[in-house]
Amino acid sequence: MLNRRYLMAAAALAGLAIAAQPGFAQEKSIVVASTTSTQDSGLFEYLLPLFKAKTGITVKVVAQGTGKALDTGARCDADVVFVHAKAQEEKFLAAGHGVKRFPVMYNDFVIVGPKSDPAGIKGMKDVGKAMTTIMDKKADFLSRGDRSGTNSAELRLWKASGIDIDKQKGPWYKALGQGMGATLNTAAASNGYTLTDRATWIHFKNKQNLVIEVEGDKRLFNQYGVMLVNPAKCPSVKKDLGQAFIDYLISPAGQKDIAGYKVNGQELFFPNANDHNA
Amino acid sequence: MRAPSSDLPIHFDKAAIVAGAVTILGELTLTIAAGAPTVLIGPNGSGKTTLLRAAMGLLPLTRGRLSWGGRESASPTHRAIVFQRPVMLRRSAAGNIAYALAAAGVPRAQHPARIDALLNQVGLGAMAKRPARRLSGGEQQRLALARALARDPAVLFLDEPTASLDPAATKGIEDIVRAVAAHGVKVVMSTHDLGQAKRLAGDIVLLHRGRLIEQGDAQAFFAGPQTEDARKFIAGELLV
Amino acid sequence: MTDDASALHLVLTGDPGLYAIVWLSIVVSMSAVLCAALIGVPCGALLALTRFPGRDGVIVILNAMMGLPPVVVGLAVYLLLSRSGPLGSFGLLFTPQAMVIAQTILVAPIIAALTRQTVEDLWAEYREELAAMDIGPLARVATLVWDARFSLVTALLAGFGRAAAEVGAIIIVGGNIDGFTRTMTTAIALETSKGDLPLAIGLGLVLITIVVAVNALAWGARRAGERYAG
Repeated sequence: MLNRRYLMAAAALAGLAIAAQPGFAQEKSIVVASTTSTQDSGLFEYLLPLFKAKTGITVKVVAQGTGKALDTGARCDADVVFVHAKAQEEKFLAAGHGVKRFPVMYNDFVIVGPKSDPAGIKGMKDVGKAMTTIMDKKADFLSRGDRSGTNSAELRLWKASGIDIDKQKGPWYKALGQGMGATLNTAAASNGYTLTDRATWIHFKNKQNLVIEVEGDKRLFNQYGVMLVNPAKCPSVKKDLGQAFIDYLISPAGQKDIAGYKVNGQELFFPNANDHNA
Repeated sequence: MRAPSSDLPIHFDKAAIVAGAVTILGELTLTIAAGAPTVLIGPNGSGKTTLLRAAMGLLPLTRGRLSWGGRESASPTHRAIVFQRPVMLRRSAAGNIAYALAAAGVPRAQHPARIDALLNQVGLGAMAKRPARRLSGGEQQRLALARALARDPAVLFLDEPTASLDPAATKGIEDIVRAVAAHGVKVVMSTHDLGQAKRLAGDIVLLHRGRLIEQGDAQAFFAGPQTEDARKFIAGELLV
Repeated sequence: MTDDASALHLVLTGDPGLYAIVWLSIVVSMSAVLCAALIGVPCGALLALTRFPGRDGVIVILNAMMGLPPVVVGLAVYLLLSRSGPLGSFGLLFTPQAMVIAQTILVAPIIAALTRQTVEDLWAEYREELAAMDIGPLARVATLVWDARFSLVTALLAGFGRAAAEVGAIIIVGGNIDGFTRTMTTAIALETSKGDLPLAIGLGLVLITIVVAVNALAWGARRAGERYAG
């Protein structure tokens, strides 16, 4: 017979399993929807313990592409969104999903490609010329293709170079629909060019033959902004804790912490909360 | 054990069981009364097993009537059956008997004593903790008997209980059957071993092709069969 | 986890981050298998013992559901548990509980389908004996499940294997939050995206080792149990 003792033991075990989850229930915590670049670059691993030491608040980061992160905020599933695509962020605000956007920091994008540089763009100072050359030479280009901040920046760059990529793309242009890391893995494996943020690039370990081809153009600027999800639309939002995180990021102390994050001696993110046009 | 209960006599009245176009049991009228064991004999396919299952209440009749002590309710409260190839539950020998006791509604407190008594009765006292499926064929047959007896039946049906056993194991089973019958349990069994029928039967039923050929006192049957088919069968000739 | 650590180094030095990830993987997968068993075993057994019109169709659908795409299940659970979804008020999205729910949905059909097959085979064997002992329908289900318990261990292991190896559903509903909902598989996905392929492979080997160990334990328990109950 099925013994009642077994059933009770099973039920107890199930209860235990639920209760044993680390750090659930009372702890002060917020959910931040952010981009893969902030996580993959290691910034959060460095920054969040500093923030927790100051405030006791645990920040749970869900790292997604910018598009998905904004969607997560719009569904009320995050308290704060921390992304890098100004135009999309402003649409998010206009739709009433966010309260106010605060610029936090920037890093920059670089075009990386194989050491052999089949398109011959290495060292170009004009990103528009570099991208036109890639297209003219039909050199392989890997696009994120995932509505992420980096993807938006890439599409903006094509446009700024006078190229309608939807019409002019050929088999050389591959939209992957993947995160930055996966896209870099693919570029490394297939000797293609791609656009990446510098932080992820410095942190990325599977570079193989890839090197930076183009950098330093002002149009490669990558601005990060942070917004509290609108508590008027989403009653579940932890307004005070979320705002505390935002206040920290834009405070002099937080800005100093961001500037202090270095990999191999290189600063990855440049704080600019005071630049209200950013 | 109990005195013969109200489940007896078992009466078949023009009973028929038909599967599709095949008549397994045809228009059979037969009474099984209290007393010494009734033994069903007949060639393979004569309907012995079907008759036992119907008498146990496991097979519905297609036509005719079947009654136990005058009642037609099939609920097998006071009956038990041992199939030709009994299936051992995946438990110990004692566990198999405990299961049958629980199924028969015997209070848990009485289980240990009853299990002991039943295992000893069939000579498996030392095997209580052994997994039932690891027992030998003869031991499994005896455990199946003990499991049937756990129901404290008034009528015990045995389908070819020694069909695949060696002579020593066969004797073990026959001794148990004799002892059980001596305690007042009505035994109804099938066999194709005429010697066994002679040794155990008080009453003989000869079936052929689902029909009753002859029924009567065992001694009289073997000494002077009334029908040509019965004479041939006793003489070892094929009935076709 | 530190940046330049190999998986072997993490294991040997007892990296607490790694152990938290391993522990969460085991807890989530085991909880899911447990919940799925509480649903799947009775459903499978019931389906084995009942006959009704359309039963064949139910069996086909159940067997097909063993191959539910994890991403689809993850997305469905995500939409259910999202604050703007029907179960949003429980606040379960991006928690280990959400991962258990998603994996339960993935594992329950496997356990139910394998239970159905196992119990139906045993039922064919036991049918007459149980009828002769006048066993009622509920006790019949209990008997068959209990006597099939050693075979059902295989069904549970199949479920555990599916849960432990799965990443598509839990990365969506759990969010792969460091120290909170990061499991072996989501950590492997993350390290892959960081380009740290050696660490990803190392974590993969740790995961495979755990799955083998769980199977070995279950097999040993089954062997020992069979020795006593046959």
